[in-house]
Amino acid sequence: MRRYLTPLLFLSPASALILLFFFTPVVATLLLSFTDLSTTTFRHPSWVGLANYQDLLTDPFLKKILANTAKYVGLTLAFNVGMGLLLALLTSLVPENWGDPFRALWLLPRILPPVVYVFIWQGLLAEAPMGLVSDLLGVSKNWLVEAPWTAVILANGFVGASFGMLIFTSAIRAIPRELFYAAAVDGATTGQTIRRVVIPMLAWPILFVTAYQTLSLLTSFEYILLLTDGGPGFYGTEVWSLHAYHLALSNYFGNVEFGLGAAMAAVLVVIGVIVSLFYLKIFNFRALVTEPKIEV
Amino acid sequence: MALLPRNWPLWLLLLVLITLPIGAGILWLVLTALYNQVHGLIPVGRLAPQHWRFLFEGSVGGRPSIWVALKNSLFFAGTVAVLEVLIASMAAYAISRMKFPLRTPYLGMILTLHAFPAVSLLIAIYYILRVLGLFDTLVGVILVKASLDLPLGIWLMKGFFDQLSWDMEMAALVDGASRWTVFWRVALPLVRPGILALGTFALLSAWGEFILPFTFIVSAKSWTLALYMQSFMKEAFVDYGLMAAVGLFYALPVFLLFLFGQRYLLNIYSGGVKG
Repeated sequence: MRRYLTPLLFLSPASALILLFFFTPVVATLLLSFTDLSTTTFRHPSWVGLANYQDLLTDPFLKKILANTAKYVGLTLAFNVGMGLLLALLTSLVPENWGDPFRALWLLPRILPPVVYVFIWQGLLAEAPMGLVSDLLGVSKNWLVEAPWTAVILANGFVGASFGMLIFTSAIRAIPRELFYAAAVDGATTGQTIRRVVIPMLAWPILFVTAYQTLSLLTSFEYILLLTDGGPGFYGTEVWSLHAYHLALSNYFGNVEFGLGAAMAAVLVVIGVIVSLFYLKIFNFRALVTEPKIEV
Repeated sequence: MALLPRNWPLWLLLLVLITLPIGAGILWLVLTALYNQVHGLIPVGRLAPQHWRFLFEGSVGGRPSIWVALKNSLFFAGTVAVLEVLIASMAAYAISRMKFPLRTPYLGMILTLHAFPAVSLLIAIYYILRVLGLFDTLVGVILVKASLDLPLGIWLMKGFFDQLSWDMEMAALVDGASRWTVFWRVALPLVRPGILALGTFALLSAWGEFILPFTFIVSAKSWTLALYMQSFMKEAFVDYGLMAAVGLFYALPVFLLFLFGQRYLLNIYSGGVKG
């Protein structure tokens, strides 16, 4: 037993934090979802069984929120994967000393503090004279209110596109040169080379990026919270994860409904656990993201 | 890249066109922060130092001074980065170098957690922090942030330790050094590139972090720059000039890293970073 003391010591800080902030919250989310915890019952919540889930199912706005969530995840995903692919191809079609600065530029939305990034979008979409979009279109409107979905999807998409871009770029780099030479000898055009040589080699990374981003989009709400906070109007862009957050943690209606919010979060947590376990099995996670390729 | 067509300038043009919104956004931020008025991207009027008054005045509209927020942000990001690098390295070293029961399941758990969307746990973490008495404290948010990024860090550092040859450590062990000494004096200095990469990633990620302090911090004295800036967004009258100046000030380290460390950034993010 003593010889396992050293690894135990090395692993204990990480294990303690993971236990405290991953495992306990997973269990706590499930447990809280069975209680009526709210502002008024914070000290003495009682067990209500499946009542929160029943409330969820009978919520008249459930349909709207589900539709919003599908719209947000579907369209952002399409933008992320499509734009990521386009960027990876374009930056590979130009000389390296041009491609790299553009890849770095596309990283900016991701590494800028979200608050600053969203503020820029708000400014660009504002009324004239500030707003660039109003200026260009010649119609002075607050485009964030006028076209909230376009704003939400583009703002999230510009952040998300770089993920696919980087993964597809390394996949393109890994294609053996001989394939390109062979295509060139056969007289293939650039378009044909991309369609017949590059894209087939990217099938697996594309599937991976799609799967991975579906899960993270389903649960992410930071940029929507900052950009529209679920508005405009009543639940204009409110998605599932944001609604859970609003119910449990913001004083939207004065009384926060912690238990109900936890029930909505529990649905996401269960999906998250199942899907990430599934990824571990199906995808060659090691080869695709987790194997660090850092050469500093 | 073997795929360089003869008409590549055409593709470059297309690349420039789709990247234009990013350039326009950054330019808009800089111009709005500097000039009295901006029409779209054309500055009208003169330079506007009054947008930067938040640097000199004690407080703007009853907020704490920006220097308090800056100090909190530096403390938050710095502590998160140090904790994350240290704790992740220790765990990664054990996984990479030592034999213990359940080693493979442990590794699988780290990988699964890496894919797991931690943001769905926010509601329960709120409850846990309140139970622990860490709600509304920077320490609480630091622990949460460092923990949630830990699976990524462990996996990244494990990769670096795996690439080290075992000989140096073996020699030190034979000379009678303890495992801790070997880790601290021999292995850790050899994975400096990994420490630098994870450290940079952790610093950037914590510097920009919004949702965790927003959810777990109430008192203005513990505000980070993200909360300071967000407090302007809620106002009925939006002072774009002032906010752009605050935003530029807040994002300055990111812009500097972008200007001087592009290659380095690309290398880090091409590694195993979450989308």
